[in-house]
Order: sequence, then C-alpha cells, then structure tokens
Amino acid sequence: MGIWLLRRVGQVIPTLIILSILIFGLQQLMPGDPAVILAGEERGDEQVLAQIRAELGLDKPIWQQYLLWIGRVVTGDFGFSWRIRVPVSELILTKLPVTFQLATMAFLIAILIGVPLGIVSAMKKDTPADWAANGAALLGISTPNFWLGIMMILLFSVELGWLPPSGYVPLFEDPVQSLSTTIMPAFVLGTGIAGVLMRHTRAAMLTAMSQDYVRTARAKGLRERVVVWKHALRNALIPVVTLGAIEFGRLLAGAVLTEQIFTIPGFGKLIVDAVFNRDYPVVQGVVLATALIFVLLSLLTDLLYMAINPRLRQA
Amino acid sequence: MKKSIRAALAAAALLLPAIAQAQNLRIGLREDPDILDPSLSRTYVGRIVYMALCDKLFDINERLEPVPQLATGYRWETPTQLLITLREGVRFHDGEVMDAEAVRYSLNRHLTMQGSYRRAEINTLDRIEVVDPHTVRLVLKTPSASFLSMLTDRAGMIVSPKAAEALGRNFGTRPVCAGPFRFVERVAQERIVVERFPEYWDAANIHFDRVTYLPIPDNTVRLANLQSGAVEFVERMEPDDMATIGRARNLRAVAVEELGYQNLIFNLNNGPRSNTPLGRDARVRHAFELALDRAAINQVVYEGMYTPTRQPFPPANPFHVASFAPPARDVARARALLREAGVTTPYQVEMIVPNNPDLRQAAEVMQSMLSEVGFDLRIRAMEFASSLQASTSGDFDIYFNGWSGRTDPDGNIYSFIHTGMASNDSRYSNPEVDRLLDAARTELDVEKRRDLYARVLEVGIAGDAPRVYLWHRKNIMAHAARLAGYRPIADGMIRLQGMRLQ
Repeated sequence: MGIWLLRRVGQVIPTLIILSILIFGLQQLMPGDPAVILAGEERGDEQVLAQIRAELGLDKPIWQQYLLWIGRVVTGDFGFSWRIRVPVSELILTKLPVTFQLATMAFLIAILIGVPLGIVSAMKKDTPADWAANGAALLGISTPNFWLGIMMILLFSVELGWLPPSGYVPLFEDPVQSLSTTIMPAFVLGTGIAGVLMRHTRAAMLTAMSQDYVRTARAKGLRERVVVWKHALRNALIPVVTLGAIEFGRLLAGAVLTEQIFTIPGFGKLIVDAVFNRDYPVVQGVVLATALIFVLLSLLTDLLYMAINPRLRQA
Repeated sequence: MKKSIRAALAAAALLLPAIAQAQNLRIGLREDPDILDPSLSRTYVGRIVYMALCDKLFDINERLEPVPQLATGYRWETPTQLLITLREGVRFHDGEVMDAEAVRYSLNRHLTMQGSYRRAEINTLDRIEVVDPHTVRLVLKTPSASFLSMLTDRAGMIVSPKAAEALGRNFGTRPVCAGPFRFVERVAQERIVVERFPEYWDAANIHFDRVTYLPIPDNTVRLANLQSGAVEFVERMEPDDMATIGRARNLRAVAVEELGYQNLIFNLNNGPRSNTPLGRDARVRHAFELALDRAAINQVVYEGMYTPTRQPFPPANPFHVASFAPPARDVARARALLREAGVTTPYQVEMIVPNNPDLRQAAEVMQSMLSEVGFDLRIRAMEFASSLQASTSGDFDIYFNGWSGRTDPDGNIYSFIHTGMASNDSRYSNPEVDRLLDAARTELDVEKRRDLYARVLEVGIAGDAPRVYLWHRKNIMAHAARLAGYRPIADGMIRLQGMRLQ
C-alpha cells in the first residue's frame, strides 16, 4: 500500500512538468499580443510596447520566459495579474473556496437526484416510473445551463423575489445569504450532472442485478432490500464513483457559463476574463492549479475504489 | 407586560425610518475595472468608479465645458502658460492637505511614472510651478487647445503624495485621493466598496453612506438585478432593454448620446493586404459608403435609437459640423463609381467584426446592402483582443469598431487619421489633413478651430474616405424610480453628487 502510494505520487511529478510546458506553450499560440492589449489606446506606439514587453519579460526568448516562470512557481510565486496587479496566488486562494462551495453543492444535488433516480429506474425497468426518470435525465442533460440559469433568475428573483439574482456571499460571513446566492447556480449545474449520473447508475445497477451473486443472495432468501442495497448497489457504484470524480473535477475547474450568468466570482470566470485580457500569469496559474486538482482527485478516486471494493486492496 | 411589548413595538416602528435612512447605493457595472490607479488605469468602466474616489482639477458639465472641481478657476497667462487656482481646505482620505505641492506631485507622477497611460494625454506639459500653496502654473511646450480637457479626466486626478510614495506601484490596490468616498475594499470580479468621506469639501451634496460597485457582465442578469432590487443603478444597457424598463413602473431609463462613435476602417497602406482596389482607390470606398443606409441599419439593429453620422464629433460636441451629414444611399451612383474604378463585380472584401451580437447583426445588414452594389462582403467575427491585433498588424480589409470618445474633438480624430499616429490602423496619410489637424490642435479660438475641423472632414473624410463614420451610440442607464438626482452627461459617468434614494 505504501509503495503503491509512493509510485502513484511519483507519477504525478512528470505529469505536472509536462502539463506546465503544455500550458505555457499553448498560450503562446493564442492570437493577440499581450503588450498590444495592455497598451490599450497607446497600442500603436512602439516605445510603449517595448516598455511593456521589457517590464513583463516578454522580450526574452520563450524558453527563458518559461524557465523564469517555472522557477518562481516552484517556490510558490505565481507572479501577479497584469491587469489588476494582485498576486495570482491570492486570486487563486480567494476563488478556490467559492468554486469549491459551488461544486460541492452542485455535486450533492446531482447525487441526491441522480443516484436514487437511477436505482428506481433500474428496479422498475420498463414501467412508467422508468420512463419518467429517463425523460427527466434527458431533460437535465440537454437543457443548456445558461438558459436554465436565466429562466431561474427571472422566476425566483424578478417575479417571486425569493432569491438574489446574482453575486456571492462567503459561507463563513453569512451562511444563509451564502446559500441563497449559490443555490440557483448549484441547482443549474447539479441537474445537468444528475442526468448523467442517473443514466450510469441505472446501467450499472441493471448489470449488477443480473450477476450470479445477486441470484445467490436471492436464493439464500435475503430480503430484496438487502439484495439491492448491500449486494448490487455496492458493486454498481464503482463506475459511478469514477464518473463522479471526473464530473466533480470539471466542476472545480470552473463552470464558465454558469458563473458568468450568476456573476459567481469563481475559477471559471477568473480564467475566462484572464484569457480575454491576455493576462498570462493568471491563465497559467489557474490552469496549473486546476491540473493539480485533477491529479489529486484521480489519486483520491483510486483510494475510494479500495474503500468500496476490498479486492483492489491486494493489488 | 402587554403594554411594555406594545411600547417596544412602537419604539421599534419609530426606529425603522431611521434605519431606512442609512443610504447605501449599489451600482451594476458592465465590466470589472482594471487597476484603480489614475496613472496606470485604462478602462472606461474604471472611470465610473473614480467618480466616487478621485476628484479632478476640473469636471465637465452637460455642455461638456470644464467646470472647477479641485480647482476654483483657471486663466491662460500666455498660450503656453496656464494658471490654476486651487480650492482651499481640501483634504485627501488619509488626512493630508491637498495643495499646490500635491498637484505638482500628481501631474509629475502622471507624466513620469513607468507605464503611465496619462503621459500621452498631457505630454505637451513641460513643467509645473508652485506659485503659492493654492496656485500652480502649468507651462506647456506648445499651445494646446485640448490640454484643459485632459484635466477633466484621469490626468486631472490628484492623489495623496504620501500614500502614493508609500504604496508605489501598488497604489491601485488602495487608492487614496480627495473624492467624496474613500476606498474600503475590492474583491476582484465581485465588488468594489467605498464609504462616505466625512471631510469631503462638498460633503453637503453627498447622500450615501456606502456605494458598492458590482460587475455584472450579462445584460439580462444586470437588468434582473435592477428589477429585483438587488442594485439601484445599472449602466450601459442595450437599446432593446428600453422597452422592458419602460414597462416597469418602479424603474427609469435614461438614454444619453455618447462622446464617441462607431466606424469602419479601411486598410489603405498597412502591409500587403492594403494593395487592393479598396485600399488604392477612393472611388471604391465612396461606392462602399454610398451603398450603406445608416438610418435603416440603425432602425433594424438598434431600434432607431442611435444617431447616424458621418463625423467623429457627436451633435452634443461644440465642434460638431452640422452641415457635414451622411450622404443618402445611392445604388446607381455607387455602381457607376465601381465601374469607373475598373472593378469587376462581385468584388470580394472582408470585414473584421468584434464578436458581439449587435455588431455582427449590423454587419449582416451592411452585407445585404453592399451586395446590391456589387460588393461581396465576407464577415469575419473575431474575439476582441484578436481583432485589435489584426487591425494593428494590417491583417484586414475593413475593420468595424468603435471609440469611447473624448470631450475635446482632438481626442476623437487626431491619432486616428494623422500620419504616423498610434491608432491610425489605416496608415492613412495626407499632408494637407495633417497640417489642418496640427493647426486645430494649437488654435485656441473656437470658431477658427471649428472651421479647421470642417476642412479636415471635407478633405480627409469626404475626399479620401479612410474611414466611414456610422453612428453615435447611446449610453443607456437605468435606475430605480426612487433614486433621484442622477445627472446624465454624455461621458456616461455616474456622478454621485446630489443623488439620493427616496
């Protein structure tokens, strides 16, 4: 187990190095010279451009720029935003809790809706309950987030006046206000994922229910509830956990459109604004942080597998 | 017991109005501002926030004339010497005194700070002399008709020298000026909060304790915030929002003509792509303009709310040339001009359009108008930063963009069509136009200066047609009906003086 963990962590380091090169390289392919963007209305003045390039190190060869950047990143210095002159690490640290809260709420909503619906629809296969659950899942998957978001704002904020239309209040500042600002975006994100989770849970449950051990359990005279919850579901959960981890990772990487609609100051909004303003240090820092989150999540998923399935612990 | 409860309730009821009177204003902004340092900032939206934080030497009034703010008056001693008297008893947010020394410090900072965006605005300024604690003399290198107008915007903002020295390049993270409100906090992309500065020199006109600026980029959502009472004011809405706002009894919409314009830029001499009939021959560009019906485009895309134009000076500007109106659409004449120029039709040209729904739609209407004349217009929608790059580097035939505008006419025309200037992406060059523009720059007599600009329009715009000016947009502001005292001025700023909630 200890060796396995070491080996697994060992894989992480080269992954991150390759990623950092990719991030840095891909960004150079973006059209639009950052100096021109930063110069604003003085963009035709070569002197101004040269001054900006020199100040930001953009006049150095690309490999030198990369080494300078990565050298600082290793010591925890992600540089500062060119646009608002705030350290990138500070931006990441203030946006991460926002995104984490939103992602967790959305994920809980997705699980609470998706998994039970999947089980019910597998158990009641080819009945009206199954059709209804499938219909709901299809609706959840195919409704665009931005449309649902705007409709919810118009209904719950403008017409009914129950919830604030946008913005964000930190959880520890005012929990009630915080929940009321995040519940709509969390619901919008959660319903989309709930549909996917429902379909996968249903498929996995159907497979599990047709396995020999389920027949054996039934033959032993166990009650159906025990068969479903203790024997079938546990096995069916493995692919669902994998999918769940991927979806959670995607949520943490930022839900761009949803954050934009609800003006939630999270990762997605941060990176989109940074790309449009060619604020390279922010783009690099956030993408790298996101990549790190993904790598950690996949590590966590592997550990979760072992918790669910004891057979994997020997490997 | 019951009595005391009733008494307590009555007391609470009496207290309620008092609580309601603590006035807080929330403003929904269209974008998140950049750094809040008057020397370093570039965005239009940032200027809206400065209205609370940083007073300027001069402000402008409804007629775009300079009016004293931190200054009390000015006098041109000679065409290159401007004497400014300063308001007495003004303090910065850190308690320091705003005096001639602070003015000298701030103007020097604008002029010399590395990366200052104000330098280009006031680079005719040679030196600043402190005459006495409340008088400064600004000595210019050459006479400048537009110089004073620069002091009505960021270049005229005076910062606390003590705070600026202490914070250096990070001044923008905690700006200290002499405006009606002082900086409280900023959470990037979330909010900027300012609170009343009790020692403000014009404190009697300030009725809010706190103002919060919330960047809400999505138009629908910004409006929803206003409708649901989450903000009291929103800026830069779209023409089609006017109907929604008009239907709501508790909302008010105000449409003010902007200082700027939208236009089409032709590539005349910027790299190899300029070597086309469109770039070489003014007749082809005239045909292009004659194919367009500005009023019809305005009607289809902007509900008829914008003002069609052929010049960079909006009607509100004293230098607007009323006689220089857009030509009527003339398909026959346009076709004849193309034939004269020897262009075989359909003639294919490409137009770069920043990727906004309204600009794309306007381009599509132009496309169909142009096809009747013989132009085959290809529309290339590009993300804004990439489109700027393409335009600067000459990778375009036609570029469709806008300019936010300045109060002085020079800021709307000089650097766009003068030879070798920063924003002249056409690389247009006509010595006669350059001469007229330079003369207008230093001409202090308004009548003579207007004539010079009229000549520029005749020779440059009607003659050579490096650009086609299309229309002046509207700044559409909306606010809660219970908000009173908003003064609409063409610069689109939200001046908090005199505003209050009822």
